[in-house]
Order: sequence, then C-alpha cells, then structure tokens
Amino acid sequence: MFAEKYINASCVISKNHVLKNRKTVFENKHTDLNEFLLSVYNYIGLNYPKFYKMDNLSKLGWLASEILLKDSFRTEIYGPDEIGLVLANANASLDTDLKYFETTKDIPSPSVFVYTLPNIMMGEICIRNNFKGENAFFVFDTFNADFIEQYVNNLINNNIIQACIFGWVDLLKEDYKAVLFLVEKEKNEQSSLFKHDNIRKIFKADNG
Amino acid sequence: MPDVFVVSDNILSPLGLTTAENFEQLTNNVSGIKEHDEPNMSTHPFYASLFDKNDGFIKKGDESIYTKFEQLLIASIRTAFENSGINTRDKKTILIISSTKGNISLLETKMYNLSLQKRMALHTSAKLVAEYFHFANEPVVVSNACISGLLAILVGMRLIQSGQYENAVIAGADVISKFVLSGFQSFQAISDEPCKPFDQARSGITLGEGAGTIILSSQKRYARGIKVMGGSVSNDANHISGPSRTGEELAGVINKSLQEAKMVTSEIDFISAHGTATLYNDEMEAKAITLAGLQSVPVNSLKGYYGHTLGAAGLIESIISIHSLQENLVLPTRGFKQPGVEKPLNICRSLLHGTLQNCLKTASGFGGCNAAVVFGKSGTILNYKN
Repeated sequence: MFAEKYINASCVISKNHVLKNRKTVFENKHTDLNEFLLSVYNYIGLNYPKFYKMDNLSKLGWLASEILLKDSFRTEIYGPDEIGLVLANANASLDTDLKYFETTKDIPSPSVFVYTLPNIMMGEICIRNNFKGENAFFVFDTFNADFIEQYVNNLINNNIIQACIFGWVDLLKEDYKAVLFLVEKEKNEQSSLFKHDNIRKIFKADNG
Repeated sequence: MPDVFVVSDNILSPLGLTTAENFEQLTNNVSGIKEHDEPNMSTHPFYASLFDKNDGFIKKGDESIYTKFEQLLIASIRTAFENSGINTRDKKTILIISSTKGNISLLETKMYNLSLQKRMALHTSAKLVAEYFHFANEPVVVSNACISGLLAILVGMRLIQSGQYENAVIAGADVISKFVLSGFQSFQAISDEPCKPFDQARSGITLGEGAGTIILSSQKRYARGIKVMGGSVSNDANHISGPSRTGEELAGVINKSLQEAKMVTSEIDFISAHGTATLYNDEMEAKAITLAGLQSVPVNSLKGYYGHTLGAAGLIESIISIHSLQENLVLPTRGFKQPGVEKPLNICRSLLHGTLQNCLKTASGFGGCNAAVVFGKSGTILNYKN
C-alpha cells in the first residue's frame, strides 16, 4: 500500500471571486476580466514585472498559483525537481490563439505567438518558483478529477515527484475558472485527504 | 510494475503511409522537405515537408465529417491497428492523443463563433477519433508544446505500469497552416533552406506535417519486441521561449530516464535528439548530452527528413528509433556537414550498422519543457536471435 497524500491548500478563482482553502479572500465585482486580473495582482502585493507580459491564461494560472502557495508551501524542503505541475483545461490556448490570429492580418506578433500553447502557463509558474520537476498539460471538455487524481497519485507513489500542484485553468474571452490544488505527503491543519470526492468538492466551492 | 511493450506503430507522412515506407525512404536519404510557394500561407516561398493538397487519407464519404488533422489521426491509428490484436472496445484500452495546435487552421477558413469554438477543441477531435474506433473509454489529450508526443508515450507507459490499463493507443498529429508558419516566421526561427541540425551553418527550423501512432501493452504475448524502459519530464524554469543556458534540466531527465530503465550510459547505443537546427536548441542539447556523459554516443536528428512535426515529432521520431533498433541501423542526420556546437557530439553522418540494444529519445519545447524516453529490446528478442 502507498502512503496517504493530502490536499494541503487550494485556490479557486472564478466569477470575480478568489477563494483560498474554500474561504473568500478577495472579490472585485463588476469589472471586466483585464481589470479583475490586475486587481488580484495588486491584492497579492508582489512586484513581478513579468506579469504584465503574460497572456490572460498565464496571468490567471500564475495568480492562482501565488495565492495557493503563499503561507501554505515550504519550497525549501524539496529539491527543484521534486515539485511537479499537472494542469488541464478545455480551451487550451484558444483565447490567445484568436488574438494572435488577428495580428497575422497585419504584422504577426512573436510575443503573442509564444503564448499560443497552454503549457506556457506552467513555464511561467516554474520560472517564478524555480520548479523543475514533471510537467504535463491535458485537455478535457470538463474537469476530469478521477484521471488527474490517478495521474498525480502515480507520480508521487513512484517517487517521480514529492509534491504536486495540479488542477484546472481555463479561460476564453470573459469566461474563466482556475482551481489549483497542492498535494503533499505530510498533512497540515488545513489538509483534506487527496481523494477525487474532495477534489470535486473544492472544484465546486464557487457554486459553479 | 508490469513491463510495457510496443505492439505496433505507424508513421503517416509526406514520405509514406506506413512505417516501413518511411523507414525505407530515410535509409535512401530521401527527405519530405521541399520549397513551397503558397500565398495563402506565406507572402514568400518557404521550405517545409507538407502533404500534397490532393492526398486523401480516409474514405471519400468521411472526408466531409473529419478535418485534415482528424483524418491524419484516423488513418495512422487504423494502419497501426492492422494485425495488432488490440480490442478498442475493451475497458482496459485507452486512447491518448498528442497535438500542439490540432484544428487551428479552421480559423483561417471559417467564421469564428460558438460552434466553431466547439468544433476546433482538441477534446472534440479526440472524441470523434475515439468514436470512429469505438473506444470504450474517454480519450486523453496531451498538449505540451514540442514534447507532446514523447510525453504522450510516457503517459501511456505510466497508465499501463500503474495497472489502470493494459493497452494504450497513442497517436499524434499536427497540420502546418498559416497560423503556425507565420508564428515561427515572426520569431525569425524559420530557416531559408532545408534545416541543418547541429551544423555550423544551421539557421533555424523547417516545419513538417505528419502523424504517428504507437500501441503499447503489458500483455506478455507482445514481449518479443521493443520495451519502453523508462522516461522523464522536466522544466527549465528559465525562459518561456528560450532553452536552458546550461542544459542541466535536459541532462536531468536523461539521467532519470536511465535510472528508471536501470541502465548506465554505456548501454545506450544511439540517441535520437530533438535537433531542431535553431542556434540555441542544438547548443543546449549538446551541453545536456555532454553533462549526461553521452557525448561519444552516436546522435541523430531526423528533422532534415521530416521537418519539425510539432505534436507528432516525439512519436514519429520514436517510431523510427524503434525500427532502427530492430534493423540494427542508426540513421544519419540529414543536413549536417560541419560540427557547429560548442560541445562536440558524435553526430551520425551516414548509415551506421551495428548490434543495437537500447536507444534514447529526447525532446524540448517552448515553456521550458524537456522529455526523454529509453527504448530497448526485450530479452526475448535477444534469445531468439542468438
């Protein structure tokens, strides 16, 4: 038998609303997506100029990862290659694909083109945190908690990684939802067991 | 953990419709790369390995149902299935699709609206392909830049090793259209001649179209051939569009793959590198291969035959490597003449005959991702040959 694993933190960003460990930490109603993302960036109070260059999908995923990890994760207890990222969504990078395609009608933009891959978001999170472990990006029409749970379980059970940030980050125009989880082998006071029913409960914490 | 065996495979490319046709073309030093003048793709002529516009991949009646991307997947999977004995309706069989941009070319010919959004989605294509072959399970889509194909093989290997599935059908494809070509052109990353991996005069990527399918299984009746011995993935955590300055992270996945395969460097008989022929990629790979202690092992890049086939590259190049093992023949690096990387590598320049047991396949991509997989002959084949 493999040791139990624990969801030690979660972050949900949807409907202009940010939840950390299922509690509201920030809200900014009646703004459009760009303003909302900027307001979350201001809320976390970090000076990180790379944020402004990111596409909206990366901004959303990166912000969710910052809120997920803050005060909940001790990077120093792991080696850089012991921390993995397993993310999924439905629309891949379509939001930026549409924007890049518009630029091709005039002068194709390399700085937009580079974001026409959904795993760039994982690159941004890895750069910020010096995470060098396993990466995988999957595309499903809806969040497949069973598959992701089994995949992450397998990575940790086989000691490929010791900790994993996994979840769903989807964004298309004004519609978006990010749900990130931190799973580790040691539990803390916020922990719930790493099981698909707990994953599903947190995924629906925004009532969406 | 159960062993993971290669059951069968297919390459569908401008060089041929079967793996055998493709392998023969490569041994005859034939490349799919040609100059194209397509005003709807580029304002100026460009080199690429593209299918002919009149090529048909599936039955006439089905051509209106499936996009070119999906037709490539269907045709490749169908050929890989022939005589494989794998049952798609079995709950123990999973379909894994690999692609970077899937149906993106639809943006160029159709009005964008909600129904096109749904039609374009990678999961829609995966479902259509799964339904075509009556797969019992929901398909999995991997979209992780240029390591997608190798990562998809690793996902398949792991799903089998964990006991969740017995068989995995792993298929990848990408289509080259204005969207992708203009993007790489905007990066100044496209070579104005056929690409020259690892060469002094290399000047960038040549793009290519294609599809590849590998079927994996833990069933003992397939134990006579090639095994997937291990593999690993990493992130550089350095830059989203430029590779690592040191190559440490690619070296890291090479080391981990060897460990998982329970091998030492001297057991690797050749390396099929990513070798895109950009200045930075090839330099980084040379550093990584040297750091991993594999600098004297013969290395090839197949990009001079296929171009960079993006989400299919990891599959197509793995399949060629598997057949290289079986044929005991390492293929040369087409386009390579003068060593052009700081760390000297043993770049394969002509067909190399020898007794081959194991090989390493690597890939790296945008977002700072790296992947490696080790393939080897299973014990049975050795005994058989002895």
